[in-house]
Amino acid sequence: MSEEYENKSGYQAQSSETITGSAGSTPDIDYVRPAELPEQDLYHGHTFITKWVFCQDAKVIGVQYFLTAVFTGIVGLILSWLMRLQLGFPGLAGFITAEHYYQFVTMHGMIMVVYFLTALFLGGFGNYLIPLMVGARDMVFPYVNMLSFWMFFVAVAILMASFFVPGGPTGAGWTLYPPQTILEGTPGSGMGILLMLVSLALFVIGFTMGGLNYMITVLQARTRGMTLMRMPLTVWGIFTATVLAMLAFPALLVSAIMMTLDKVIGTSFFMPTILKAGEVLEYGGGSPILFQHLFWFFGHPEVYIVALPAFGIVSDLISVHARKNIFGYRMMVWAIVGIGALSFFVWAHHMYVSGMNPWFGFFFATTTLIIAVPTAMKVYNWILTLWRGNIRINTVMLWCLGFIVTFVNGGITGIFLGNVSVDVPLSDTYFVVAHFHMVMGIAPVMVIMGAVYHWFPLITGRLLNETLGKWHFWATFLGAYSIYFPMHYLGFIGVPRRYYEMYDSPYMTSAVGMNEFISLAAFLVGAAQFILIFNIIKTLKTGKPAPKNPWKANSLEWHTSTQPPEHGNFGERLPVVHRWPYDFSVPGAKDDFIPQTTPPSEVVNTKVEKT
Amino acid sequence: MHAGIIFFLVILGSILFHIFTPWYWTDIASNWKGMDDTITLTFWVGGGVFVAVCLFMIYCVFKYSYKEDRKAEYKPEDKKLEKILTVATTLGVAALLAPGLIIWNQYVNVPKNSIEIDVMAWQWGWQYRLPGKDGKLGTTKVVNINDDNPFGINLDDPYGRDDVMVQSDIINLENNRPVKILLRSVDVLHNWYVPQFRAKMDAVPGVVTYYWFEPNKVGEYEVLCAEYCGVGHYAMRGGVEVQDPNSYQQWLGEQETFSDLLAKQNKEIETKKVAKNNSKIEKVIYKEEK
Repeated sequence: MSEEYENKSGYQAQSSETITGSAGSTPDIDYVRPAELPEQDLYHGHTFITKWVFCQDAKVIGVQYFLTAVFTGIVGLILSWLMRLQLGFPGLAGFITAEHYYQFVTMHGMIMVVYFLTALFLGGFGNYLIPLMVGARDMVFPYVNMLSFWMFFVAVAILMASFFVPGGPTGAGWTLYPPQTILEGTPGSGMGILLMLVSLALFVIGFTMGGLNYMITVLQARTRGMTLMRMPLTVWGIFTATVLAMLAFPALLVSAIMMTLDKVIGTSFFMPTILKAGEVLEYGGGSPILFQHLFWFFGHPEVYIVALPAFGIVSDLISVHARKNIFGYRMMVWAIVGIGALSFFVWAHHMYVSGMNPWFGFFFATTTLIIAVPTAMKVYNWILTLWRGNIRINTVMLWCLGFIVTFVNGGITGIFLGNVSVDVPLSDTYFVVAHFHMVMGIAPVMVIMGAVYHWFPLITGRLLNETLGKWHFWATFLGAYSIYFPMHYLGFIGVPRRYYEMYDSPYMTSAVGMNEFISLAAFLVGAAQFILIFNIIKTLKTGKPAPKNPWKANSLEWHTSTQPPEHGNFGERLPVVHRWPYDFSVPGAKDDFIPQTTPPSEVVNTKVEKT
Repeated sequence: MHAGIIFFLVILGSILFHIFTPWYWTDIASNWKGMDDTITLTFWVGGGVFVAVCLFMIYCVFKYSYKEDRKAEYKPEDKKLEKILTVATTLGVAALLAPGLIIWNQYVNVPKNSIEIDVMAWQWGWQYRLPGKDGKLGTTKVVNINDDNPFGINLDDPYGRDDVMVQSDIINLENNRPVKILLRSVDVLHNWYVPQFRAKMDAVPGVVTYYWFEPNKVGEYEVLCAEYCGVGHYAMRGGVEVQDPNSYQQWLGEQETFSDLLAKQNKEIETKKVAKNNSKIEKVIYKEEK
């Protein structure tokens, strides 16, 4: 390590700028490359509209994304209540017809995956945290970033508008498989599906604007000393997810465009010859399976677009609250990148029984099970970070522990479904529903909640109430686990998903009680989220002011000039980074944490292994 | 402390639930026991990993919860441990993948002695077609389908004439005889699924897909549509009756063939023609009388 610095010190002589702080007694060990470029000019809004509405500050945009995504999430939650009402107590709510049920299923799925989770992790946490964590004043293209949010906002508005058009929203299932999606016989096959496709297209366009920002900010706007291998895993997760999204979303966009053309001007990209109500329709020669390939080429990376930021964030939370460095940082980074790359070679594991050439099964089962290896490594490293740590069992840590349990559970069931011939009896049953809710519903939501409790003091300057937080956690975790753990067994019986009603099928008679139980648990878990809302309102009004850096974390977002950080983040001078963000409990150090900005000369007697 | 105990109870509860669950798979009625066995194997390996990871986590929560005077260990990397874990995981995953692929190989290779069944799906119903004495199914086209030709059989295909048509959503199968299910749909995606047979495959309009199984338990089973196909999806049921060979042959003999249907229609057409001629003659006579 010292050789590296000595080598680099050659540059210092050539540079016109010298750095204050490095001219002290030990210039070599504190050396950081001098600034080469002038700082970014920021547009500071002065009116209410430029400050809070059409705002160019990534932090405000992050909060805007967050709140809009949470709004869609609440809509998705209410839809799930309505579905569980029908499934647990069929006929109790007379207004839920089969049409309505399928519309609820579809909108719930699409909202939760795209408009809630994706927007929340990348738009919300990405915008708020990336510039702060890499030591930038803002995203590199603030204006485009602002447009990105408003594009998302319009996409959400159009999506919500589809609830109010004649025929209602689409009820095609969130996968939107043609031909049924655009044919009569599926609810919302008129205006509903068109609005859905337009909304998705706008989402992709808006997301591309944001995604360019996240990528280029991470690559180009890191502060001095912030090497890629010193970035917090949160940034690595969001960055890699953004790269995936930039490659995967175009597939969704083109399939949305092609389907719109099939619907509106009668092309036949996805439409073969079809006989409907005794008449042959004017379609022919298209391939429904082509759509599925395009959809899952987007859809599988999409799973990791949600999962990778969650992996990154949870790594940071565990490390901070276990007062221990993340175990195997390099392995964690390469696992994120490796999972991201592999996620483009596994899509057809969603299609083992789709009627594609069955020989594909061998390839995709193999790639899918390979991806289990880096994923397992991440799990090991999380629990090895806890091992010999000094673990604060607070609300944030509880969410992390809840994440580990649900994620491992959902990951293991993924090995069932990825293993092609095991998938045959289980696909299209409740086993699948239980699996993906556990692994990409509950697990990421656990991380989101942990992140909210963790970063709330940074964003608002107040600490959320711990007691309420713990109630919120246990109600959510125990409730969600008792929804989805038993649900796997419905799948074993063979109960198919997307059934409005089972009538008196022999598979179902034994499961009636379980369905009622699951529904009651679902009502409880949904209601428990209002504890958080109450906690937030209460805290904003009367909450304890948070001390600066309340969790004693190392990463840059806690070392801003003010808390909450102002526009521009870091006051007059950008921070200079001297180490990775995981120097917790370093032997010889006075405190159990050394912030990234602390130069080596200030902690001379410590035994730091990695910088 | 409380947290560790509650997490422990959750894991213990999961294990007990698995042991004592009244909800488990239906009695298998086909040759795909290998699928059940692979599931069981995955349960042991995967379940073992799940329990081990969670118990280790709970142990850490008990052993290393925060104490003011303790400092966590500082050890950024442990190359050896990471290597061991990677290799062990890879081996475990390979051990699960291998049986999965072996069974998939059986699944995509249909035995030569299997009987082909054309399963035709639409919104929302099923009907079936069996090869006649020639052992071959006639080719079909969606545009041929009408009331007189419910399966859309090509009229110039000689193999199609003796096809046995079952215009019902219930099909009979011969016990211990492999069947190759040929799936087709005239409108949207469907999936012909009998949980007891374990197997399934989507029916896709425009192409013919297939899968096979060998029923090995006499009895009646419910067919479920397993691919979402619009608002009637949940009501798209059918039935299978697995019979011993004698009863099956008897049932088969009672079914109508395509030529039976054509003959019946021809007769109807003849009668219609005669009626038409008669009326013409009557008209002519009437005119002449005028």
